Amino acid sequence: MRLLAHQTRYDVLTSLRNPRARFFTFFFPVVLLVIFAGVFHGTTTVDGAHVALARFFVPGILAMSIVVATYGNLVVSIATLRETGVLKRRRATPVPPAVLVAGQALSALAVTAIMATILLAIARLAYGVGMAPGAIAAIACTAILGTLVFACLGYAVSGLIGSPDAAQPIVQASTMPLWFISGVFIPTTNLSGTLRSIGSLFPVEHLADGLHLASVNSSFASAISPSDLLVLAAWGIAAAAFAAWRFSWLPSSARA
Amino acid sequence: MTGDATARSVTGMLTNSLDAAVAQRGAASPAQPHTASAPPSDTASPPQPKASSAQSDAASSPPPGPDPLVISIHALRKRYGDREAVRGIDLEVRRGEIFAFLGPNGAGKTTTVEILEGFRHADAGAVRVLGAEPWRAPSAWRERIGIVLQESEAEPGLTVRECLQLYAGYYRAPRGVEETLALVALHEQADERATALSGGQRRRLDVALALVGDPELIFLDEPTTGFDPSARQAAWAVIAGLREIGKTVFLTTHYMEEAERLADRIAIIAAGEIVAQGTPQTLGDRQLAGAHISFALPQGTATPELPPALAAAARPDGAGRIVLTSSSVAADLHALSEWALARGLDLNDLEVARPTLEDTYLKLTTTDQQRS
Repeated sequence: MRLLAHQTRYDVLTSLRNPRARFFTFFFPVVLLVIFAGVFHGTTTVDGAHVALARFFVPGILAMSIVVATYGNLVVSIATLRETGVLKRRRATPVPPAVLVAGQALSALAVTAIMATILLAIARLAYGVGMAPGAIAAIACTAILGTLVFACLGYAVSGLIGSPDAAQPIVQASTMPLWFISGVFIPTTNLSGTLRSIGSLFPVEHLADGLHLASVNSSFASAISPSDLLVLAAWGIAAAAFAAWRFSWLPSSARA
Repeated sequence: MTGDATARSVTGMLTNSLDAAVAQRGAASPAQPHTASAPPSDTASPPQPKASSAQSDAASSPPPGPDPLVISIHALRKRYGDREAVRGIDLEVRRGEIFAFLGPNGAGKTTTVEILEGFRHADAGAVRVLGAEPWRAPSAWRERIGIVLQESEAEPGLTVRECLQLYAGYYRAPRGVEETLALVALHEQADERATALSGGQRRRLDVALALVGDPELIFLDEPTTGFDPSARQAAWAVIAGLREIGKTVFLTTHYMEEAERLADRIAIIAAGEIVAQGTPQTLGDRQLAGAHISFALPQGTATPELPPALAAAARPDGAGRIVLTSSSVAADLHALSEWALARGLDLNDLEVARPTLEDTYLKLTTTDQQRS
């Protein structure tokens, strides 16, 4: 436990000092919210309720930010740490591998918590998008599960990448299309049936859907979405199993 | 130079025996639990003394007490697909020595080192490092080894001191961070980002990260590749200092000068087999190999005019010089100078040279490659 706290502390420090992660995690979501809420006006339907577009954008951008901060960050940083021999050097010490993995996951949770707090505070203060305490609790639960699931996905996908240069394009290719068909930028009710069913196969849609539900309900029971959480958990378990099978601590050049 | 080297190896041997003596008294109890999960130490667990007594006796035939051998390898083999990278090698590294492991790229050097470090398992043969089979060793075993990898970059985002604090936290009884920084002369860079260090400084940080756990055995994989001469000298001082504080060092390198300067013993691997093992002075029977006496003769003097005993050992080197391979240098020089004085030749460009370690290395590794 002491070791885990130790590892997490340095992982958080590393994340917060990484300019790429800082931009995509803390700056980019706020910019998107400001632009979207400034450009698009009107209402849409979320879970049968008519809401201002700003209220629709907040959970969508939060979902995107969780994916970028967790999955995007881990795919790039783990591929880089592995190919530059840092992971191998850490494995050469007595630190249990589980501590290294858990440290990254807890660090992702800490970063997500900071980012979500900033985003929700700006949403309330600048756009009047407030949430009831029950809804906040539901958002927290969904965001925590989402972060852990996308951390597993990050580990799984990083195992497929042979070079750090390939990591960023793979992150973009695997997430960019999903922003449009998962209810992050565009309400899923505006999509064709085909696009909607494609989107619902992937975990981003379920994270966004869970957070959207929370944003228009006030009690915890009505704000939480067990079906979305189950789909997310299934993705997480599959990703963890894949990572356990495929993950390597050694640079790909050194694997014979 | 030679005197120096002798003095050094004598000191090395003294240190070895001192260390072994210290280890005999002190290391036995703390060392044993670390190896508890390794098969042969079944003897140490008392639960069923009767059932396995015959087996235990067989297993405990080596003398009890701490092993003066830090690394022992017997008949190690490792295969990748069709290619056998390591073909049955034997090696022993004793406590307190600097052992240099040399070989061309692709000779099985990295594979062997990675097996010793526990990153790969052996296909066949017996490997013991600090009493355990590395790839099955518990994490407590890793408390006792330090590894400087051939290629590893700094921890991103952290300062030099933070890197060391992070790694120190992985060990139960680490060396002090400031003390370790001083050991590799990085205390002035302690608050700089590790990624901003120069190549030589970053390599010293790698060494510091391997030392911060206060290990008994340190693997150094090509620690000075790409260094300028002054950085290399500084690194050699650090490595020689490890012997002073009683560490065992397993060093791989491409630089013969490095091996000659630092190592107590050297082994050369080529095409998966050990082709030579010995001290820097005796490697490949280097001390027995003939010295080369070379000189130029004035225009018009033919080799056959030399005394018969010398003419037989002489051959032209193709660049206008005559080279004599000599196993009794004083006698041959005497005969040569007598002959030259009688003819009024002054032989001003006479040279006597022993084969260098590099010559020996090239001879050993080239013949082996041609053979396979």
